[in-house]
Amino acid sequence: MSRPPKTPTHSEDPSESYPDIRKFLESIPYAQTLGVKPFFMGEEFTLILPYKRENIGNPTLPALHGGGVGGFMEVCAIAQLFMGSKAENLSKPIGINIDYLRRGKPIETYARADIFRQGSRVANVRVRAWQESYDSPIATLHGHFLTAEGSAD
Amino acid sequence: MSDKILERLWEMGPTLTTETPHAKQLGIKFVAVDKGRATMSLSYNKELIGDTNTGVLHGGAVTTLLDQASGLASIAGFETLGATATLSLRIDYMRAATPEKTIIAQAHCYKATKHVAFIRAVAHDGDETDPIATAQACFMATGPRLNAEDIK
Repeated sequence: MSRPPKTPTHSEDPSESYPDIRKFLESIPYAQTLGVKPFFMGEEFTLILPYKRENIGNPTLPALHGGGVGGFMEVCAIAQLFMGSKAENLSKPIGINIDYLRRGKPIETYARADIFRQGSRVANVRVRAWQESYDSPIATLHGHFLTAEGSAD
Repeated sequence: MSDKILERLWEMGPTLTTETPHAKQLGIKFVAVDKGRATMSLSYNKELIGDTNTGVLHGGAVTTLLDQASGLASIAGFETLGATATLSLRIDYMRAATPEKTIIAQAHCYKATKHVAFIRAVAHDGDETDPIATAQACFMATGPRLNAEDIK
């Protein structure tokens, strides 16, 4: 992927130009429980997972919970699909693969999703989660999602 | 794995979820552990809903439950006692979890080498033959490890 390896800073306003996505995330209780926030650079959407102790999976290391990081990337994929859809309902995961590459440190985490194929019923999405450097992802997810249009059938 | 390690895991069992902040927040509970096997549960919790129109829990909550149960099965699958870390996790979602119902995750470590444990897991809400999701995972043995004879 040839994306700019830029890590967001809080000086820019996250969602001014995309009020829908903030509303969308606020409407998902699970996303609120994780504590995610949207962030935009131009049209590029990044999901932020601020650090909080409730997302820790291993207090000794310490490390973020792998399941929580997986759920965070699932939310990111679903949000990305939501932005490209006119349907009211949500897309749903069919089959996902998560690779854990590095320990999730107790700091802020970012995720970005790319839709590799958008079909009428099924979409293929890849997500990268990183912390200090975009080039050193802590986890990746790829999988198929039933699109909002497809799940309405 | 030795009976000594299994005994130790039964003692540790409940604390594995209560002392894991994220498992505690979601409400994941320890149910049982055996050689290479683990069962955990997740009660219905409105804070974990993924779609407010249906009240169905978010896939991420099921992912976390399956990861947690698979992690314990991997610990219970190695010859030595110690921490493990998820390398990969594949999840297939067969159907939506029924609102209000408790989800059970059963994980089985069907093979463990010295460093890697291979796990299959299933999540259901009462009927094992009607799964919500299935998982396939690899875990890595990490950190300092205890042999069975070192356990007091």
